[in-house]
Amino acid sequence: MTPDLVGGLESPDYASHDRAAHEPYTPVFTGDLKRELDELLTRYPQKMAALLPALWIVQRVHGWVSEEGMAEVAGLLDLTPAYVKGVVTFYTMYHQHPVGKYFIQVCTTSPCGICGAEDVVKAFLRHTNTGELGVTSPDGRFTVIEVECLGACGFATPVMVNEEFIESMTPDKVPELLAKLT
Amino acid sequence: MVNLTIEGRPVSVAEGTTILEAAKTAGVLIPHYCYHPGLPVAGVCRMCLVEVEKAPKLAPSCATTVAEGQVVHVHSEKSLDARKGVLEMLLINHPLDCPICDQSGECELQDYTYQEGREDSRYREPKRFNPAEDFGGDVIYVPNRCILCTRCVRFMDDVAHDPSLNVSERGDRALIGKFEGKDLTHPWAANVVDLCPVGALLSKDFLNKARAWELDRTASICPNCTQGCNVIMETRENQLVRMRPRPNEEVNAFFMCDWGRLNYRWMNEKSRVEQPMLRRKDGLAPTSWEEAISAAARALSGKKVFVAASPMLSNESLFLLTQVMDGGAGAFRVTEGEEAPLPGVDDLALRRERAANVYGAETLGFKKTKDLLGGLGQGDVLVVAGEDLAGIDASAVSRASDVIVIGSVLPEAATKASIVLPIANFSEEEGTVTNLRGRVQRFTQARQAPGETRPSWVVLGDLLGAMGKQSNFFLPSEVFAKLASAHKSFAGLSYDALGFKGLPVVDAPPTRPKGPIAVGAA
Amino acid sequence: MGFPHHPHPRETTVLTKYFGENEARTLDGWKKRGGYKALEKALGMQPADIVNVVKESGLRGRGGAGFPTGVKWSFMKPGDGKPHYLCCNADESEPGTFKDRELMRWTPHAVVEGCAIGAYAIGAETAYVYIRGEFTEPLHWMEKAVKEAYAAGILGKNAMGSGKRIDVHVHKGAGAYICGEETALMESLEGRRGNPRIKPPFPAVSGVFGMPTTINNVETLVATAPILLNGADWYKKMSLSNPKSTGTKLFSVCGNVQRPGTYEVVMGFPFKEFLYDLCGGPLHGRKFKAVIPGGASVPIQTMEEAEATLMDYEGFVAGGSMLGSGGVIVIDDAQPMVTVIARIARFFAHESCGQCTQCREGTAWTTKILERIRDGEGTIEDLDTLLDIAEQMTGKTICVLSDSCAVPVVSGIQKFRGEFEALIQGRRFHPVTAAVA
Repeated sequence: MTPDLVGGLESPDYASHDRAAHEPYTPVFTGDLKRELDELLTRYPQKMAALLPALWIVQRVHGWVSEEGMAEVAGLLDLTPAYVKGVVTFYTMYHQHPVGKYFIQVCTTSPCGICGAEDVVKAFLRHTNTGELGVTSPDGRFTVIEVECLGACGFATPVMVNEEFIESMTPDKVPELLAKLT
Repeated sequence: MVNLTIEGRPVSVAEGTTILEAAKTAGVLIPHYCYHPGLPVAGVCRMCLVEVEKAPKLAPSCATTVAEGQVVHVHSEKSLDARKGVLEMLLINHPLDCPICDQSGECELQDYTYQEGREDSRYREPKRFNPAEDFGGDVIYVPNRCILCTRCVRFMDDVAHDPSLNVSERGDRALIGKFEGKDLTHPWAANVVDLCPVGALLSKDFLNKARAWELDRTASICPNCTQGCNVIMETRENQLVRMRPRPNEEVNAFFMCDWGRLNYRWMNEKSRVEQPMLRRKDGLAPTSWEEAISAAARALSGKKVFVAASPMLSNESLFLLTQVMDGGAGAFRVTEGEEAPLPGVDDLALRRERAANVYGAETLGFKKTKDLLGGLGQGDVLVVAGEDLAGIDASAVSRASDVIVIGSVLPEAATKASIVLPIANFSEEEGTVTNLRGRVQRFTQARQAPGETRPSWVVLGDLLGAMGKQSNFFLPSEVFAKLASAHKSFAGLSYDALGFKGLPVVDAPPTRPKGPIAVGAA
Repeated sequence: MGFPHHPHPRETTVLTKYFGENEARTLDGWKKRGGYKALEKALGMQPADIVNVVKESGLRGRGGAGFPTGVKWSFMKPGDGKPHYLCCNADESEPGTFKDRELMRWTPHAVVEGCAIGAYAIGAETAYVYIRGEFTEPLHWMEKAVKEAYAAGILGKNAMGSGKRIDVHVHKGAGAYICGEETALMESLEGRRGNPRIKPPFPAVSGVFGMPTTINNVETLVATAPILLNGADWYKKMSLSNPKSTGTKLFSVCGNVQRPGTYEVVMGFPFKEFLYDLCGGPLHGRKFKAVIPGGASVPIQTMEEAEATLMDYEGFVAGGSMLGSGGVIVIDDAQPMVTVIARIARFFAHESCGQCTQCREGTAWTTKILERIRDGEGTIEDLDTLLDIAEQMTGKTICVLSDSCAVPVVSGIQKFRGEFEALIQGRRFHPVTAAVA
């Protein structure tokens, strides 16, 4: 746990937004995805309850939740875009900026911290060429962040690569893992 | 009723009342930030924590309802210590820039810190910084001064029903946010500036205009539409620089619209008639008040009179005008605009009719018309009272045998005017106006009138006297007393009874009170 | 079982019996192991009778607060004409805690069954399982299990042919520790920021969607099935210490210990034996220094305190801490306590929702001071300031996140003041350098 590694408390992907190529927005909720949302709506007595699931769908499709994405969801759920933005910024897992193809989250909270998680983070930063937390590598493949407790403390250090959960990561296993990510 | 003790004082309040509101009835103000009687309770600033005997923890008085036999301590060591803690925490990231902050002097953070905060701070770390942001409308946001009380967000959500503000981010990174491209354009949005207890939300219109302690404040009524929102007119060096709402449950709750709020410059108008004038060979020339009044009385004597009045005039002046008319006719017109309701408050809107006293003018027999001079008969004496005759052709005026102007400006169309009696405008005199629901409300003088200008009720009173009618008024309240005795709608009302919240005319339609918004209604 | 290790003979595996068995994750495999028998039995009982059995068993909430489950269920008034809801709190985010993760990914049907039993008992037709977004694997298995249960008619409008409607929906969180707080979870489920609500009203009166709601931890709900099958007495008898703490409890163990993992022991098990026998003791060449026994928000125990503790609700309190969520964080002599505590404070500063002043400002301020001390730039006065801030952060906010941040700071300074002072006086912390095998 060297101090130079501990970043600020702001949104984890904060630093990457300058590099983000911002492609024109294509609406998400058409066809099958609209039907998926309609099915979700049947689960709750209030439309708004489908907000978090709907935002997940946007992120699944676009890789992040842009302001256009927030506006689209707001329109479908009878909310205002400002409201949706307030919700999006509360939750750390919605990316408000584009991130690398592989979004790598390393748990560094105390239980993992005392098991050497910082060294795992350092290894990722070095081997992905990102150099800095929250920054996307020049080839656009990797973004590495520290994450607060992944809830697998007995398997220190847990790492998430996109949706995949990897247990018991150590610095020396990092190159091997990265080699598998093409 | 529930009986309890607050700061040693016995209090008896209705069931369901919060400790904070109950304390007010005992004259105890519990310091608070996020609580506002016009908004749902948030309970987040934790400033209003009080000690309730036998309770394990300090209780948030804004969110705790009274219970029988409760003993509440507001200024005990424990409560004071908690407030000191909150104040210190609120200031650790605050820029302490009171010298350049518009809120300084009327800032609750400043007030409570001076009152009971620490003298110094133990904070040694770098402060958080976020740049100021233009929220659109009349509002600027300075996040560094924000205490996240969320009053602004709750107002937009629950009162304006336009959730255009949010709390963005979380923890100590949290700040008030809006959506890119969606400005605070709601017609009532500027209320967030009043609601903000600190200098985080500022009015662009008022920015850097005056320090709070330089202002003179006058209780008045917004003259800009028929709603009659209760306001405070604030002046600096005799110039009106800001209007802000004054709470009145029966009229405007705690709010006023942006249009009314920002439409005050006309009351500072500079191109005024400042002296009484009489037409001589080479046009209008200044004269004395005595001469002008007696000339007007002579001009009116035995003539059929037609009065074109302004619905901005007070009930008192309109009443005196009916005496001047004496069997003649009177009419008025009113500027119109789009109605803009505040959805969260019952029967509160920026009204279509943009004048203060339409109800009063109609009640007193003036005819509301689009064709202002339609009723002017050939050979009538036309009295133009407070009207600027804008858009009216001089030829329409020419039907009149004579034209007397009682106003603050000389209307272009009144080329024929033979006598000009300069009067004070709305901000320069006192009187009453009647809002669209028939509520009679007092407005008071916020500025000094220029030159030899006199209040309209004085001028009209003097004129009636010169005309040989009984007129002996020394105060506007006396004019009102006369009105109350002469007109059934105003029967039983008096200045004393009206106070500063007003009362409905006898035959007013019933209305419902507008607040406070129920506790926990979120 | 001491998953991922072989079960220890001193464990009592009730809920963890099938951990590691792939087949148990499927509906067929689960049924083969006696799955859904409890639900079948429950659906044949009156809801009030189920509540009574659970009350009688002494089962207490396994999420941290330890409130008696049956009593909580009895707050739900039948026949009030309103829809009732059950929320299953699977937002397990307390640092050191990962037992619910294991329950969901190894025995997802047990969770579904527990939810269905709970829903039926409180008169709810709908149960929401709120799973934290990072739990991709548990989410996968839970969604699969729910799908299978619907397809088999276990869930739906005629659950197991009972004529009763029971829906279970999985709801994915999006990264916010605070959503494990019950009212924040409800706010989040409704599509809002996860801000805890002021209580009252309590969830049983006005919970999710403004309706009467009961919220239970995953482990609590899972425990109801064996209780119904084996009876309240069977459960109540599983206690080695205080009669108020009954049954088995899952402890997730992490940190500097030989065999981290999830263990299931009977309430009242001696903590010393647990740490040294079941968990295998410290790493080679190291010594245990401290334990945080119930997730990051409970007081830190010195080894002296820990070794004298019996593992139940009362025992941990007597030992100067709390049972909490059963997340045991073991810290050895190679760890500088200031660093450990600063990192815990940073966690809370990151996770504070930011509503209440003391929490929003206090967690961040605390973190900054602790990190400054850690970096050798602290002063003795900082310790007093920290304790004072902690005092301001305790018992004054809407929820207990603020208190949770203060707890390790206060207990840390009280019990390990020497380490703080050493750093302040410019003496670096020298970890034990013995090799770790």
